[in-house]
Amino acid sequence: MTLLEVKHVRRSFGGLVAVNGVSFSVNPGRIKAVIGPNGAGKTTLFNIISGLLKADAGQVTFKDRSITGFKPYQIARAGISRTFQNPSLFFQMSVLENVMVGRHRRSGREFAACCLRLPGQPKEERSIREAALAQLDYVGLAHLAGFPAGGLSFGQRRMVELARALATDPELLLLDEPASGLNTREKENLGALIRRIRDRGVTVLLVEHDMTLVMDLSDDILVLHNGTIIAEGSPVTIQSDPKVISTYLGGEFRPPEEVELALLTGERPDTAPGARVVPTRSSPVGEGAVR
Amino acid sequence: MSHRLKALLPFALFALALVAVQFTLRATGREYCLTQLTMSLYYAIVVIGLCLVMGYAGQVSLGHGAFFAIGGYTSAVLTTHDFSRVNATAWAGALRQACLLVAKDDLYGNQIVTASPWAAFLAAMLVTLVIASLIGYPALRLKGHYLAMATLGFGLIVYKTVLGTALFGAADGINGVPEWKLGFGLTVSGRSALRVENYYVAGALVLVLLVLLRNLIHSRVGRALQAIHDRETAAGAMGINTAAYKLRAFVLSALLAAMAGVFFTHYTGGIGPSEASAFKSVRYVALAASGGMASLWGVTGMSTLLNYLSFRGLFGSYDNAVFGVILITIVSLAPEGPLKPLGLWVGRLVGMRSTASQTKQNNGDTVERVPTTVI
Repeated sequence: MTLLEVKHVRRSFGGLVAVNGVSFSVNPGRIKAVIGPNGAGKTTLFNIISGLLKADAGQVTFKDRSITGFKPYQIARAGISRTFQNPSLFFQMSVLENVMVGRHRRSGREFAACCLRLPGQPKEERSIREAALAQLDYVGLAHLAGFPAGGLSFGQRRMVELARALATDPELLLLDEPASGLNTREKENLGALIRRIRDRGVTVLLVEHDMTLVMDLSDDILVLHNGTIIAEGSPVTIQSDPKVISTYLGGEFRPPEEVELALLTGERPDTAPGARVVPTRSSPVGEGAVR
Repeated sequence: MSHRLKALLPFALFALALVAVQFTLRATGREYCLTQLTMSLYYAIVVIGLCLVMGYAGQVSLGHGAFFAIGGYTSAVLTTHDFSRVNATAWAGALRQACLLVAKDDLYGNQIVTASPWAAFLAAMLVTLVIASLIGYPALRLKGHYLAMATLGFGLIVYKTVLGTALFGAADGINGVPEWKLGFGLTVSGRSALRVENYYVAGALVLVLLVLLRNLIHSRVGRALQAIHDRETAAGAMGINTAAYKLRAFVLSALLAAMAGVFFTHYTGGIGPSEASAFKSVRYVALAASGGMASLWGVTGMSTLLNYLSFRGLFGSYDNAVFGVILITIVSLAPEGPLKPLGLWVGRLVGMRSTASQTKQNNGDTVERVPTTVI
């Protein structure tokens, strides 16, 4: 009863082993977060799952079917959609057209049918437009449909990218740092939106640095460190896991409530050498580090 | 409905412009100019195809001159070469039955058997399809400018092959290509009696292709191509088979170039090796750039105009140099082509005079109205 299964996946870049024998599974209808310090291998893992990178070893199985070595478009067609760390919209197009591209795999007219407007093609085009508009409406940006995508604010770009990913009707949605660069209000909206997406039956796997959001949102959390999994479980278990605490805080065991506080604020209570803090772009990491 | 009418308007204007030009030239007794305009329109088809592959799919081809030549030469060879030696065989009989082989008299009154222009046209399309696929398949599986390199090399090979092969007439090219009876009483021919007719045949062909490509661009395929152009990685993540789409756009564009070559060859009655030269390929790229790359109308207009001026001898012996200068100027000063900035500039000029309030545009994203009247 697993949707995505990652088995012994390994990937190195030159001498650096970014992902070292990682195995985990994602159950349907859940929100799972992958956290870990910078360089832990989270994005590499995402890129392997979505086909942008090839794994050196290991398998990825989606709905009991191996998708190991699939090209990105094949993985998208299998039902996995993703967003990128930097929203990568198609800037030459309007917002609506961007989302319409998301309908690509749900439509099928090719060159000849489109050139000649063969029977059924205009109808398909209309249904693509309607579905895309519905997705834009879902993320609350229907009023920007005709806008050039290049003119959007950062937060809006993220939402359009999300709508575009949703337009593929994915079963699994991969979100790579969806909250980075968003302000507090946008983050709250994002959290609510991701929850609604899950409730609609889409499984979500996300990489995120914002601990408030992660702890609040996730059903399960996976902690990566130096390319290996050091902990996996519910937010509560993760917050009291000694390994996680020492990775994030660099100290020995601390009472859970203190750790939770530290994780939430990104503060570092002691300045032990080699200690690492989860760098969140919007939470006051900088201040904590200076103190 | 008004939406559809709005979409049709530019095509109606184009047709109107074709007619207006013909009438003006007739009235001023300069109808002979239509011959060069017809040739320019055929060249425009190559550039329109290039617009699809460069402006939309974001791939550069430096081999479209070669595809034009492949189309022209295939049809020239097949419609002038004497196949009477194989005429007695069974398959030749079958081809004759299907009107693909025709018997006629050559210049000296000897009976010869050649392929019919329609058969030659189909053969040219087939040859181009195969060659373009072979060139494009390896080059387009990779990201980056591999297609430009592959097509550049390919163009040189075609040029040198044509120059060095007796079958293709070597440096002389092929002459005596027969006229092409299209059906419906239309004939592609350089005879001066058919000048007006041929001008409209070329114009109609351009118009039809523009309609087809416009449909393509405003469809899921067109959006997929633009997506690949913008961000190939994201396009792949949306389930678009990027390699396959790039290849199909390239092959389609090569087919358009070859089709133009076939029509051009029948129209002018021959083809020479200069059509396959790298100069020609670069010229097509310059023309596409001058029209704004991703604008079918800009590309059609600029290409027809500049080629016409070139045919009229306006650029003298600096012909190829002029197109080089155009390319450099566009790339360094107006990467989107000169038409858009020109249009904005004219718009601003007109707007300042006619209205009290001025529309200011920032990057085309936010439009704010700035009233000029002070309260």
